[in-house]
Amino acid sequence: MSVIGRSVPRLEDPPLLRGEGAFAADISFPRQLHMRVVRAEMAHARLLAVDVSAALALPGVVAVWTGEDVATIPPIPFRATKLKGLEPYCQPILARGRVRYVGEPVAVVFAENAALAEDAADLVVADLEELPALLDAAAPPRDFDATHATEPAILRKSYGDVEAGFAAAHAVLDLDLSIGRHSGVPLETRGAIARYDAASDTLELHGTAKKQHWNRDEIARLLGRSPTSVHLFEGHVGGGFGVRGELYPEDLLVCLAALRLRRPVKWIEDRREHLVATNHSRQQRHRLRAAVDAEGRLIAIDNVFFHDQGAYVRTHGARVADMSAGLLLGPYAVPAYRATGHFRLTNKTPAATYRAPGRYEGTFVRERLMDAIAARLGLDRVEVRRRNFVPVSAMPFTRPLDALGTDVVLDSGDYALLLDKALARFGWEARQADIARRRAAGESVGLGLGFFVEKSGLGPSDGVRMSVDPTGVVELVTGAASVGQGVETALAQIAADALGVDYRCVRVVRGQTNRIEFGSGAHASRVTVMSGSATHLAGLALRDLALGTAATLLQAPKESLTIVDGMVCRADGPALPIGEVARALAAGTKLSRERAVPGLTTEGWFHSDHMTYPYGVHLAQVALDRMTGAVAVEHYLVAYDVGRAVNPKLVEGQIIGGFAQGLGGALFEEFRYDERGQPLSTTLADYLMPTIAEMPPLDVLVTEDAPSPLNPLGVKGAGEGGTNAVGAAIASAIDDALGNKGLVTRLPVTPREVLRLLGEIEA
Amino acid sequence: MKPPPFAYHDPSTLEEAISLLSTLPNARPLAGGQSMMPMLNMRFAQPDHLVDLNRIAGLDGVTVEPDGALTIGAMARQRVLEQHPEVARRCPLMVEALAQVGHRQTRNRGTIGGSLCHLDPAAELPLVAAAMEAVVRVAGPNGQRDIAFADFAQGYMTPEMEPEELLVAVRIPAQPAGAGHCFLEYARRHGDFAIASVAVMLVPDAVGRIAEARVALGGVGAVPLRLPEAEAALRGAPDVSRAVAATKTLEPMEDALVPAWYRRHLAGVLLGRALVIAQSRMGRA
Repeated sequence: MSVIGRSVPRLEDPPLLRGEGAFAADISFPRQLHMRVVRAEMAHARLLAVDVSAALALPGVVAVWTGEDVATIPPIPFRATKLKGLEPYCQPILARGRVRYVGEPVAVVFAENAALAEDAADLVVADLEELPALLDAAAPPRDFDATHATEPAILRKSYGDVEAGFAAAHAVLDLDLSIGRHSGVPLETRGAIARYDAASDTLELHGTAKKQHWNRDEIARLLGRSPTSVHLFEGHVGGGFGVRGELYPEDLLVCLAALRLRRPVKWIEDRREHLVATNHSRQQRHRLRAAVDAEGRLIAIDNVFFHDQGAYVRTHGARVADMSAGLLLGPYAVPAYRATGHFRLTNKTPAATYRAPGRYEGTFVRERLMDAIAARLGLDRVEVRRRNFVPVSAMPFTRPLDALGTDVVLDSGDYALLLDKALARFGWEARQADIARRRAAGESVGLGLGFFVEKSGLGPSDGVRMSVDPTGVVELVTGAASVGQGVETALAQIAADALGVDYRCVRVVRGQTNRIEFGSGAHASRVTVMSGSATHLAGLALRDLALGTAATLLQAPKESLTIVDGMVCRADGPALPIGEVARALAAGTKLSRERAVPGLTTEGWFHSDHMTYPYGVHLAQVALDRMTGAVAVEHYLVAYDVGRAVNPKLVEGQIIGGFAQGLGGALFEEFRYDERGQPLSTTLADYLMPTIAEMPPLDVLVTEDAPSPLNPLGVKGAGEGGTNAVGAAIASAIDDALGNKGLVTRLPVTPREVLRLLGEIEA
Repeated sequence: MKPPPFAYHDPSTLEEAISLLSTLPNARPLAGGQSMMPMLNMRFAQPDHLVDLNRIAGLDGVTVEPDGALTIGAMARQRVLEQHPEVARRCPLMVEALAQVGHRQTRNRGTIGGSLCHLDPAAELPLVAAAMEAVVRVAGPNGQRDIAFADFAQGYMTPEMEPEELLVAVRIPAQPAGAGHCFLEYARRHGDFAIASVAVMLVPDAVGRIAEARVALGGVGAVPLRLPEAEAALRGAPDVSRAVAATKTLEPMEDALVPAWYRRHLAGVLLGRALVIAQSRMGRA
């Protein structure tokens, strides 16, 4: 029986459960210095001078740098994008001349210990001349500097005749919808520990996550070194969610300091820093117009939106806005579409991707529209969605749009089938009846839904190196990374299945740039699809090599041999441990000389030009407290088709954790600012992440009805479906409780907003 | 988030602690640390000396006085009180409140004395002390003195104590026989400081009418507030709507995240709900 599809225990757990993990703060080197960042305290100001003299005078302080000291280092770059003209908006590693958000690094202190570094940082004085803060991305752009405006780009994507669609419409819907600013707040804050090994002329960066190879290449380029002289190492990562592991100013600063000061340099972000310094996300306002026919079928959508990028363009460029434009339509067939995305800067923390980037936003917007269509035409909300689905007969479905530089081709999916299964599992009909009874008794209760299409498996290529040692242990070296999601276990299962060994015999090496030349890390729900497929191919190739070699050793035709649980078996009984096959291929052996390279080892590469598109539906039941405005989520279902679940328990874990984050954005979490751009959400008492007490009864339905035709395993990514539609489904349910009038137009839905919508109080 | 430099002292007797607080400049006591440590780490508090009370024996007892009142040592952990049978018997209002004090992990360390001295306007235990008409015992270089909690809670996070004094115990009169109580609060998340909170105790006479009503509100003033108008409206033939209407005169503090009107509104909502529950729990004297 294949180990793929079984919820086997995680290989990662033993050290984590014993407290033996190696997170960033656990990593230390002898003679290390501690770095503390001095951050701007105004949202927008001229930076006239920085006085570091008092800080430098403190015993134990080794160096203090300002922007002038690092002026030769280029700003933080962004990854490939088709958009032009973003370069002037990249963030310098330390501010020069102007600060653009509260939290922007202005100076850095290097001292003998972390407390001392913080003492010294308090003594650094930045002379700031305050300028008006721009806080509304939908307001007219201003000057970013003498030659650039605060709108670096307008994204445009379209197909079909939108104007003709509106001219022919039975009804036109016009919505103004906003998503609040929130982001991934991992339990582990960022950390970076750099060490320069002069003996080997190697720069090491520890405590890394997500994008080791790209970051290595960029750090090398920015510091004028060869990539082979820079190595990044990943230990344990306490949550990624998109924000961890991007290249930030602090990463460059510790590397530069290790080179200049010739001592290891450690930086651990504190929580207050994290909430103003690490990427924010999500803030977007959509003015959406849609044309529909008399049956509620979409004819055209005009999606104009304002993306609040914050103060600088970071490593993602305009990816979130790009996906908000290219992936908005989700599961629906729409004859004509036009997106106009105003990509704008404000005086807030820079923004980038957060779990289901552009889709959490887009699904909220699209599904609010579907509810609005139903309300306008007096149709059932579920039926409106059904009528607009891309039918299974149209798969694969090419949409004349692109996202993340690839054409959008929905590879497989039976949306109506999943909707039916989800409604049945949730008990939608029975709950409708129950809700009607409770409403009659005076309660404000409602049901909501959000259907969505995710994307995963972004290409173009992933490779792994797979080897068997003489003890029969399989080493799988991958350029993928782990943010805690179970990469080792999933890849080990795939490797074990292809090769014929116990998955517990597979050691997965990830996130180490000195072990493999190429890698794409962990993001975009791509690891299981891309690295998993590469592992599958490598495993099959290795199996073939093992069988061919064993055929000689066992004196039997290759075709008659099998590998079961690490033993190469002849049909009539005799068997050989796979480690013995590896030994027979070691360098210098007779058999190894017949091959280009010795060893029971191979590489597997998988290439893909298109993403795979998992899909799902969220169903919610809420009750409103008419007096406090509190929203109680009484029941919730996430149904998600992932094509094929390598480890169903890990998929469920992804969905449950992802849901909690989506719930935060729907009801609790928001980075708020006052009118001068001072952040108001700077501790976990003000930035309200849901806790276990806020988690509702949550049901998860994982289906495998639409395997992807784009990879040998049929898998689709599972990382983001739990988050994607939470805002949409909760908003839909609250709106239902309020009488389906389209009142819920903004996330998060706060208790005071609920009171206002209930008309209980003048707010 | 590393604290600024401070000298750490860990006396083993109360006298030693008071002596340290009396002689050292800018010294602060450390009880359970659930507020003090974050304040230190965020550098909101910058004491030169920290006097740790955790090694002083005998400050965490729970004793029943001859009149039935509870005397609780200042260093008694919140979690211990939450599970203590005498507290459950004599002050069920406190047990109901404790379930909403932070989280179990913070209650394992947090102390009753620390909470009363920190005196956050939205904290649960000061509200219980106000409703129960507790008396705090304070020790200083010149001996001990007792202060009614209403006098102790003088201003925003400012107890009526000298810097060299320590709260050593709190005396809580037992809930009268037949009394109905209720503690309710509203916060966005479980365990957060309340946006508004209410503690109610209704004391019946021999025929089951309300002889005495106590209504205390948290989060709506600089300190826990008693609401005499509401209490008067509840005595005898109770007029619940008039009691609730008394919250309309409250003038809560406004901050960037919560407007005053919402706190005032919630105070009325919670009071109405708490009175229903307290009445349902009331018996006869």
